[in-house]
Formats: sequence, C-alpha cells, structure tokens
Amino acid sequence: MELNGAQFDEMSGTTGATRPPYEKLAQWLANTPLDFLSSRRAQAELLFRRIGITFAVYGTHESTERLIPFDILPRIIARAEWIQLEKGLIQRVRALNLFLADLYGAGEILKAGVVPSELVYRNPGFRPEMAGWRVPHNVYVQIAGIDIVRTADGFYVLEDNARTPSGVSYMLENREVMMRLFPDLFAMHKVAPIENYPDILLATLRSVAPPSASQDPEIVLLTPGQYNSAFYEHSFLADKLGVQLVEGRDLFVRDDMVYMRTTKGPKRVDVIYRRIDDEFLDPLAFRPDSALGVAGLMGAYNAGNVTLANAVGAGVADDKAIYTYIPDAVRFYLGEEPLLQNVPTWRCREKDALAYVLDHLPELVVKEVNGSGGYGMLVGPHATRAELDEFSKKLAERPDNFIAQPTLALSTCPISVAEGIAPRHVDLRPFVLQGAKDICVVPGGLTRVAMTEKSLIVNSSQGGGTKDTWVIDDVPAKA
Amino acid sequence: MLSRTADNLYWLARYMERADFLARVIQASRRLAALPKAYGGADSEWESVLLSAGSATAFKQTNRPLDEAHVIEFLAFAPDNPGSIRNCIELARTNARAVRTALTTDMWEAINGGYLEMQAIERARGAKTGEDLTRFLDFVKQVSLVYDGGAYRTMLRDDAYWFSRVGLFIERADNTARLLDVKYQLLLPEKEVVGGTLDYFQWTAILRAVSAHTAYHWVYRQSLKPWLVADLLILRPEMPRSLTSCYESVVRYLDRLATTHGRQGQAQRHARATYGNLENMSIETLFQGGLHEFIGRFIRDNAQLGTLVSEQYLF
Repeated sequence: MELNGAQFDEMSGTTGATRPPYEKLAQWLANTPLDFLSSRRAQAELLFRRIGITFAVYGTHESTERLIPFDILPRIIARAEWIQLEKGLIQRVRALNLFLADLYGAGEILKAGVVPSELVYRNPGFRPEMAGWRVPHNVYVQIAGIDIVRTADGFYVLEDNARTPSGVSYMLENREVMMRLFPDLFAMHKVAPIENYPDILLATLRSVAPPSASQDPEIVLLTPGQYNSAFYEHSFLADKLGVQLVEGRDLFVRDDMVYMRTTKGPKRVDVIYRRIDDEFLDPLAFRPDSALGVAGLMGAYNAGNVTLANAVGAGVADDKAIYTYIPDAVRFYLGEEPLLQNVPTWRCREKDALAYVLDHLPELVVKEVNGSGGYGMLVGPHATRAELDEFSKKLAERPDNFIAQPTLALSTCPISVAEGIAPRHVDLRPFVLQGAKDICVVPGGLTRVAMTEKSLIVNSSQGGGTKDTWVIDDVPAKA
Repeated sequence: MLSRTADNLYWLARYMERADFLARVIQASRRLAALPKAYGGADSEWESVLLSAGSATAFKQTNRPLDEAHVIEFLAFAPDNPGSIRNCIELARTNARAVRTALTTDMWEAINGGYLEMQAIERARGAKTGEDLTRFLDFVKQVSLVYDGGAYRTMLRDDAYWFSRVGLFIERADNTARLLDVKYQLLLPEKEVVGGTLDYFQWTAILRAVSAHTAYHWVYRQSLKPWLVADLLILRPEMPRSLTSCYESVVRYLDRLATTHGRQGQAQRHARATYGNLENMSIETLFQGGLHEFIGRFIRDNAQLGTLVSEQYLF
C-alpha cells in the first residue's frame, strides 16, 4: 500500500476546487464578514466557559482547568462517505470483541500463529486475571473510540481505543453550541443528529447487565473524581444517562455483590461504566495503593455479579504493536477483507523493520506501543538532531517498545482564525457502541484539530482543539 | 441517592448561605463604622463582626491589625481564611462540581458563573476602593439569590432538594443566632434609654445584616425597640431569617426526607423538639430565662442537628 503524499484538504481536496459537501459552507463563508466570525468565536468561548466544559491538565501549575480550544467551522462528511466508514468501523469493533474474547479464552488466533503469543502475554495491557472465564454476554468493548485519519487516498485507522475512550461529551456539546451560534447554517444543511447518543449508550449498558441482575438493572458511572482530566465528561454523561456518578468510596463489595452507599442504605449495582483504568479498579487485585477503586470488585466481577464496561483487560487491544494485527484479526474471525485499512506500520520488534526505521528516522513518526495522549512520541520531520539521536538510542535499547509510521499527509480542514480561515490538520474519533446484540455508531464523531499551523498533534493534552462534525444528507450533484 | 451526593448538596447550600450572610454583615457594619462615635460608630464593631462570622480566632492567628480594611479583606477575600466569602464560593463550586448531576443547569451556571466572575474580580483587585467593595458584596448577594432562585424554580422536589434545603436552613439559623449572640447585650430591655439614640444605629445594623430593616416596620408598626428586634429575629415565623422560621423549614424538609426514607429518626425528633421550644416561647419568658443563655443553647442544639443529620443519612 502506497500512501499518496499529496496534501488533502477536507474542503478543497487536492486540487483547490471546493468539494461538494462543502459547497454551501464555502458560499456562506464568502458572504460572511470576518468580524461576524470573530464575534461568534468569542461567544463560543463564553458558552463553553459558562457551561463549565473544561478539562484538567496534569503537571501545569497555574490553571488546573482549561478549555479545549473550539473551532466554529464544521467538518463535513457526505452521507455516502460516512456509510462506507461506518461499515468499516462496525466490522473492526466486532473483530476487536471477538479478538479479546479469544485472547482471554481459547487463544485460537495465537495457536494459528496469526498473532505472536509473546506480544500478547508480555503485554502490560493483558490481564492474566481475566484468562479462562467469560464476561457477561461475551462483550469486552462496549464503547470503542476508533481514531481515523484521512489522506488523499481515503480513511485509515490510526489507533483503536478500547480501554476508556473519552471525548464524546465534546462531540455532543460542540453540536449544542453550534446550533445556538449558527441556526442558519443548520437550516441550509441536513445534518444527521447525534443527540441520541446517551440513549443508545444507556440501552447498550442495560443490554450487557449480568443475567442475575433485575429487569431494571442499576447502572452507575465510576469516576476517579473531580481532579481527573475528564471529570467534566463523566458528570456530563452520568447526567445525560440519568445514572449515579460514583467514586470508589461510594461503592463496596459484600458477598461478591457490589453495592453503593445511599441515604437509604446499600443499593445493589449491576453495571459499572467505569472511567478508571484497570490497575486502579480494585486494590486487592491490582495496585494496593490505589484509593480510587473498590476492594473486592474483581471478585464480584469474576463471580458474574457485575458487568464492567469496558471489560478489564480490553486495553491490550490499544497496544500499538497489537494494532498492526487487527486487520488480520478481521480476516481470521469474520472471514472478510477489512474495509478500513491501518496506517502502514513498522514493528520495531522485527529486525528488518527496526533497521529501516533507524535509517529513515527523520521521515517517520515513532510511537511507544503503550503510549497515549500524544506523549512519548517522535515526529521525525519536526525533531531536532539531538531528539533524533536520543530516540535512536531508545529504539536500539528497547525496540519492542516502539512502532513507526510514515509521517502521514493528514487531511486539513479550514478553521476560523483572526485573519480569516486557514487549514489545520484534523483527525476523527467516531464512537462505536457494542451491546449484547446491537452495534451502533452515531453519525460523525469528534473531530480533533491541531490548532497550531503545520502541527500534526491533535491531542487535547497537547493543545489540540475540536470541531463539530457533520454528516450531511443532500450532496449536490457534482458540476 | 448517594450519601456523598447528599453530603455535597448539604454543604453546598451551607456555603452559599454563609457567603450571602457574610456579605450582608460586612455591608451593615460598614455603614455603622462610618458613623460618628456619638451615634454608635466604634472600632470594636469590627471585632464583633469577626465574632459573628466565627472567624475571630482565625483572624488573631494571622497577626493582622484589627481595623476595617484588614477585617474586610480577611472576611471577603483572604485565601488563608477558610471561612472567607471567596473560599465559601470556591468550596461551594467544588461541591457543586462533584455533584454536577444533582444540580440543574441554572444552579450550576449560577455557581460556576459566580466563581469565574469572582476570579476576575480577584485578578483585577488593584483598585481597592469602597465602591469596588460595594460592587463585590452586591455581586455575592446576587450570586446566592440566582442560585437559590435556580434551586427553587428548577430542582425536582426530591431528596436532592430536601437535603440542600436542610443545609440552607441550618446554616441560616446558625448565622442569625451567632449575630444575636455577639450583639445580645444591645438587645436587653434595660438598655433602652428614653430618647436615647446611642444604640439605635446598632439595632438597625443588626436588622440590616439579616435584611430585615424594612420588615421590622411592617411587622411592628412602631419605632425600634431592642426586645422587638430580638423577637423579630428569634420568634416571628413570618421573618424568613428568624430562628422559628428556619426551624419550621428544617422540620418540614426533614419530614419529607423521613417519608421517602420510610423512617423518622434522631434528626427529625431533635429538630421538632427545637422547633417546639421556639414555637411555645414568648419573648418575655425568653428574656426572663436569659437571652444569652437561650442563644447559646440554640447554637449548640443547631450544631447537634447537623451531626445527627450526618449520622442518619450520610453514613
């Protein structure tokens, strides 16, 4: 597979001519004075601040709560493009679930030699505690966030997030703010709604309740607390779902059942939508110093009395070396060709690949296999000589720990800046919900944008911003 | 509901109420302190403000000089005073943020908006004019009014609402009682000097601190009498900050909680006893038994109710 080096812009393609989904927006922009846009930018900022959509940044001293920069121009996807993408996403998440069930079950894919066993068993994301027993309804990843990038050749999967993907609250709030700011634009486009996401999420969580739960299962959202970077999202989702937002200290386990402490006494809990990492869930099973979790939770989980979403151990699928095998997993479990391709990736653990990577370091992006949030990565073309040397050393020492990818010509999308509009790199995180039976994606997802010119890093922890993402119906015929 | 949520709501309400009370006390005292000595203006006024705010010991420990500027700074803005208005608003917001899901959008926006505004005021506090202070105190009252109105107009009438109301009225009763405790000597009947004006402005300052200055005249239709000021603040059920009125509400909301929780407990019994005591009291008997003793007992009873509520519901 060859990646086309040409720069693709969501609005003007590779040629500079406005692409059909953006025609109305382009017209509207041409007739809209700059100061109107800047007044809307200011209003958007005010709205976000008032609603309190903030996130905490670790390690910065002065302000612990920051706004994620928001850009007021939508990113637009035509329905036809979306339908293709959606099929690929559903296929991939089905495969991810089968893959995890297999890894913690019979291990067929390892026996068949498709995925090297040591890659799985030595992986810090792999939870031996989970091996050999089934989770309720055999669903491991109820909520998946699949990071997609677009190039001139189409959509590619950059990363799978099967652990605890975040960002969906921004997707929902971005839309609300946009509808308040630009009613005219919405009237001009037929934008597929996303507001039913919480309903689908609730249905998904209800469907995976353990068989022993009552008809009306008690669902809670488990947060590490208000100092966590994503606390806003946790409270937002709990509110929209109409479920209790609990911390570890609100729960306790007795006789392998999970209860929450209420003013009326203990109340049984059936499904925990947990936004806490595996190792903090239960001090008895994992980190004994964790005060965030619930002692005995793993016992209750093992006994089949509570469902955790996502399952413990799902994070092994997020590993960037394992990622390279997911297309093979699609073929292995579903007998289908993957509809969504991976970005070509060199596994540095393989000798030839490592040699190639070391030779071409200035052209490549190198990532830690367990890294997330844009930390611990090297963007070759933007790195200094010293950084390159340092990374070569790290690579030679622990090749297992890294993968490398070509510096993608990530698509750009126009954003509104003081001088007018300017292109910035974007990616897309659609959210896929897998219930006991149904699997569903709300149209669009969260578009993340690198607010700095030329930057390729879209992570909010590194100054990235977001945009509203529209899947629109009526694409005018190509002129 | 979650015990922790109930706890947060209860304290959230208390902090908002306390911020409002502090703003009113500071405003009333500024008026009083600005008067010539012959009319009751005295430097000791600021000490009594500290006492009624419950911050006198904390203030002494910081070695600040006891004067108007320092007391106001300590009560309004000082980050090192756990009970300053600034910290009340910040703590209220911390509690609110932890229980976002139990608040309505209006309530959250009132608190969060107020908190952000307060940060802007803090940053811009280069000019510490009296005008700035007035604006700040008005703003604090505004925030608690909008918050309270938001709660009243938009919250579901369920245990979340009742817990926050219980917190509000326990705090309000505590504030009124502490104000009376500091000023009780001024309210003793023998203090009345025929035609004397010395204490007149002190009495009005007390009334202003609980925003009852106009209400007094509507209720009694006569000039200020110290025992009537005491009557108004302790016993009159129609005065929303009187102890009787606060306890009427405390009892009502605790009863609601008892109904949904299917059990009357210590907290309900204790509140009803305190309320019964207030209801059957006349201002004459109260003075006979000693105003100071009465208020001291009330403050202890009220604090005990707080403990009983925690024991019964907050596990």
